[in-house]
Amino acid sequence: MKDVLKLLEQDARLTPDDIAKATGRTLAEVQAIIKKATDDRVLLGYHAHVNWERVEGEHEVWAIIGVRGTPKREVGFDELAAQIAAFPETRMVYLVTGDFDLAVMVVGKSMQEVSDFVSRRLYSLDGVRGTNSYFIMRRYKDQGTTLKIDPPAQRLAVTP
Amino acid sequence: MTTNGSGPGHSRSRVSQRVQQIPASGIRKFFDLLASMNGVISLGVGEPDFVTPWAIRDAAIHTIQRGLPEEEVLTHYTSNYGLMELRRAIARHLEKLYRVSYDPTQEILVTVGVSEAMDLAMRALLDPGDEVLVPEPTYVAYNPCVILAGGKPVGVPTYVEHDFRLQAADIERRITPKTKALVLGYPNNPTGAVLSSEDMQGIADVAHRHDLIVISDEIYDQLVYDGEHTCFTSLTGMRERTVLLGGFSKAYAMTGWRIGYATGPAQIIEAMMKVHQYVAMCAPTISQYAAIEALTSGDGEVQRMREQYNYRRQYMVASFNQMGLDCFEPKGAFYTFPSIRATGMTSEDFAECLLREEQVAVVPGSAFGASGEGFVRACYAASLDQIKDAMERMARFTAKHRVTE
Repeated sequence: MKDVLKLLEQDARLTPDDIAKATGRTLAEVQAIIKKATDDRVLLGYHAHVNWERVEGEHEVWAIIGVRGTPKREVGFDELAAQIAAFPETRMVYLVTGDFDLAVMVVGKSMQEVSDFVSRRLYSLDGVRGTNSYFIMRRYKDQGTTLKIDPPAQRLAVTP
Repeated sequence: MTTNGSGPGHSRSRVSQRVQQIPASGIRKFFDLLASMNGVISLGVGEPDFVTPWAIRDAAIHTIQRGLPEEEVLTHYTSNYGLMELRRAIARHLEKLYRVSYDPTQEILVTVGVSEAMDLAMRALLDPGDEVLVPEPTYVAYNPCVILAGGKPVGVPTYVEHDFRLQAADIERRITPKTKALVLGYPNNPTGAVLSSEDMQGIADVAHRHDLIVISDEIYDQLVYDGEHTCFTSLTGMRERTVLLGGFSKAYAMTGWRIGYATGPAQIIEAMMKVHQYVAMCAPTISQYAAIEALTSGDGEVQRMREQYNYRRQYMVASFNQMGLDCFEPKGAFYTFPSIRATGMTSEDFAECLLREEQVAVVPGSAFGASGEGFVRACYAASLDQIKDAMERMARFTAKHRVTE
């Protein structure tokens, strides 16, 4: 199953037939693996990786918000995390070690919009003791891909 | 009268007989045609598409930058044998992977790639007229190395019926009183074949019986996809008669660094070192430090690249068989060697026609010797996207040119 998932993670456009060829599995096998992985919520989706910074007029503001919270008996931070995750403004919610408890990626149209969300929505949640905001100024690498355009490696077309 | 290399007014060639004896590379003229075209997907390469892992490049940069007050500058020659630290690392590496042990002080020589090591081995071993057995289809450099050293290459054909695995009986049939050595190159370029342990044992028996020296080029040792690579030296009685050649170009994607090594009995390694010290002095110092880093921290990257090659390999082999170009399963290196019999073309015509009609470059099998005729070499060191595109083009080409029997 891992080989199928790894290939899809690398390139979600691969068809089941492509994957069958690349892994030496039968088409039916690959289809069954994909179905099971989808049902089990192992395969969560297929998304294009867009670099919006290169699209004119499309400037979203992203910020990492460090949230310090108070853990609750029995559930720890799970309840707070679920509440935060329910906002469409949040893109990632992670429990982390270090100076704060939850790392939250928030997206908005402007710094003002993100700030408003943090102060009015996040900070006012029960169990939130404080926040630190880290606005993202420039991206260098995203989801394993470096964003500067690398010229292709020079390789002779035919070599022994 | 030959006119090779002679300018106007010269009736006699200035080029030595020996070099004239070496045929022009079958790949060369193809290269010129290709250079004049656009939008070509090349499956004609013989090197990784990956770039050298960053940790290795970083180690080289660090080596160049050294020289602050308390540090020693590292831009000079090294020992002719190579850096002791690197030779020790190579010894540990071979011990770990194949349980073969070499003394880094006198049984390991660091070279300018396996290419130089092969040349050194031939020059160190051959007297005029000595014969060297070379399995065919063969990597293009083996025969010229033998000829340049004054020896005579004797081809030993391998067959698709055996998945191009060299058979002991085919070797034995070609042994004469002048036979001095046997070249092995497995995993193989151009076929992608690997030897089974029975094949190897059979070959070892022949080598023993006829007192042959075996020059085993194992540059693709870490690119094996089914089972484990067996180092020829690890076979009983073979260490004393084997010169093992290995390197960094393929597994660590370091082709441009020109760094490899030879290991073997001290007497032979010393003789090779003697030639090496006069023609090369030492392998590039910066590359030697980079190679230490490769052996120290490169395992994960090798594993990652091998996994990618394996997907591409399986994809390509399945595609060829589907389009009607029969292709045995190559279990090593990064080449497939499909039969083009279905088209009725010679391999050179096939390659040229394919390039002109569909802009896909493969290498005609005939470039690797007569027994490569009827096949082409297609390399899968390319992205899966490129391979998909190339396979679609080749399927279209094959359908168009198929000969109905």
